[in-house]
Amino acid sequence: MAAVDELLKNKKICICAGSGGVGKTTTSAAIAAGMAARGKKVAVLTIDPAKRLADSLGLPELGNTERQVDPALFAQRDIETNGGELWAMMLDAKATFDEVVAKHAPDVETRDRILDNRIYRELSNALAGSQEYMAMERLFELHQEDRYDLLVLDTPPSRNALDFLDAPKRLTQFIEGRSLQVFMRPTGFGMKVFGRGTSMMFSVLKRLTGMDLLEDISEFFGAFSGMVGGFQERAKRVNELLADKRTSFLIVCAPQGEPISEAVYFHRKLVEAHLPFSGVIVNRVHFESELATEGDVDAKLESALGDSDLAARVASNLADYQALAARDHANVERLTREMRARRVIQVPYLDSDVHDLGGLMEVNRYLFASG
Amino acid sequence: MPELLDKRLVFVTGKGGVGKSTLALALGLAAAQRGKRTIVCEVGSAEHASRVFHRAEIGFHEVELADDLWSISIDPDDSMREYLLLQLKVRAMGDLLTRSRIFTYLAAATPGLKELVTIGKIWELAQPDRRVKKGREYDLVIVDAPATGHGIGFLQTPRTFANIARVGPIHAQAQTLDKYLTDHSQTGAAIVALPEEMPVNESGHLERELTAEVGMAVDRVYMNALYPQRFSDADAERLSGLPDSGGGISAAVRAALSEHRRATNHREQLQRLEKLVSAPITTLPFIFEPELGEDGVRTLAAEV
Repeated sequence: MAAVDELLKNKKICICAGSGGVGKTTTSAAIAAGMAARGKKVAVLTIDPAKRLADSLGLPELGNTERQVDPALFAQRDIETNGGELWAMMLDAKATFDEVVAKHAPDVETRDRILDNRIYRELSNALAGSQEYMAMERLFELHQEDRYDLLVLDTPPSRNALDFLDAPKRLTQFIEGRSLQVFMRPTGFGMKVFGRGTSMMFSVLKRLTGMDLLEDISEFFGAFSGMVGGFQERAKRVNELLADKRTSFLIVCAPQGEPISEAVYFHRKLVEAHLPFSGVIVNRVHFESELATEGDVDAKLESALGDSDLAARVASNLADYQALAARDHANVERLTREMRARRVIQVPYLDSDVHDLGGLMEVNRYLFASG
Repeated sequence: MPELLDKRLVFVTGKGGVGKSTLALALGLAAAQRGKRTIVCEVGSAEHASRVFHRAEIGFHEVELADDLWSISIDPDDSMREYLLLQLKVRAMGDLLTRSRIFTYLAAATPGLKELVTIGKIWELAQPDRRVKKGREYDLVIVDAPATGHGIGFLQTPRTFANIARVGPIHAQAQTLDKYLTDHSQTGAAIVALPEEMPVNESGHLERELTAEVGMAVDRVYMNALYPQRFSDADAERLSGLPDSGGGISAAVRAALSEHRRATNHREQLQRLEKLVSAPITTLPFIFEPELGEDGVRTLAAEV
């Protein structure tokens, strides 16, 4: 079994990816805290901070800029950080989008035209992939500023763990939609150039939407004129950063069949895209070895407890746990086979939720244990 | 206000990984067993329903999974094609648009359009008088909605479009969709939670957003996968008081103590949930099965 600190050796960026509900946020926080405890200056970026955890780290109001976790919290738990620091921030897609627009707009007038555009205002938070893209954007920016040894990204929750990989591409496509404005002027030169088929298409479209909406959309895309180049360049550099050898993708999953299949699929996609995959973390594993028994447990329980009812309940509970452990074992085996590597890290199903530094350190006993 | 399953349209929402797809199927099965012709809609092409019922992929078709239980996987591109055809009434015109590169580009670039046509299709399924030719009438449409975060935006799409297109057909249609979603006598929502901190918090937020911001009715909150209380505190005390006997029973005792701690934590989370949400809560047991298949869904259907 590998350890996270080995996987992250010489890495500047750690991207924790996986489907919803597998403990990504906790894992990201634990990795960041663990690396900070190993002398690194680390920032963790999350879109959805765990409130109780954030509160316990003294960060009740996390915003779009990083805030440091008080080193005294480490000291209280006798954790020597050797100069390491833990910072955290919450990604605010809308605020980041506004900043990006401000940065790329050729002039103040264009900037205001976009920021004031009704469609932009209604939709900049709901744009397909905007959360994902903005996460990348913020990551890129922090990386450029080079103030941290390591950046840990807790990827936004999405139905499909791959969504964020396409985000830069999709956003560029969206921005490029501005070229449509030419076509949308019903009497514009576009009609002449593109001929009868296109003008028919627009007359059909107009019938569907009404002219008013077409004009608004045209204005919306038109406002992005002059920004395409900047966005394309930026998206290209973001993609280069993702593929950089100092970037590390960790897949986070759970041991049930579906999350394991998703992890396998995601791993394949990463490899296909030539992105630097480092390892898989399986959370909430029921370990078989911890539930192993010898001989006739029922009889032994009954004689030890002197209570056949309780003994029967303990035995049936054990059988249920063993069934889950057998499933987890088989699934982790399948995962390991698929990865053709030993870079699978297992974290047991802990009896209680992780909601403070102590809990993170408990998780880290497994994440950072090698052997 | 009618009960959850007496509505025509029910959205099943919640944080990622809480079991929305499973619950959507369990609700669908429960309604079907009461004689309602029910359809469960997936919106993410996850094909969960077809896997649980060991079927071939369903896709954009209405497929019967069990008596009176149907399913469809709603693809936005297919929905768009169908919508255009229904709107324009002339197939050639619809084809002209969907084959046009510029239109495809525009449709992909316009934010929220996919969500809008998806909700449009859901609405269409819920109409007693179906718009598609020879459309089957359903008594109940259940939607396995996208995870929170995307979920609220998804449900707000019709209103957003109604605001953006101030007049014209899109405005009118988007407004019809929004009215339907916020009509408490027709449309309801069920929130799924797990007995853990974040899903419980999120359920509280979600209920507030759905009721206050979207204006929908939240009819029920399901606390999913609640561990049974197999051991009392006294049992746990006796078990932890046992000498570390080894001999094969320490693993059994450890598992029992784990179970007791988890079940206790789960009860605390249930109490937190009760304080955070105002809709009635139904608890669903954790099912100790390696994989939740059709049998698991049937077990849950009896509980919902």
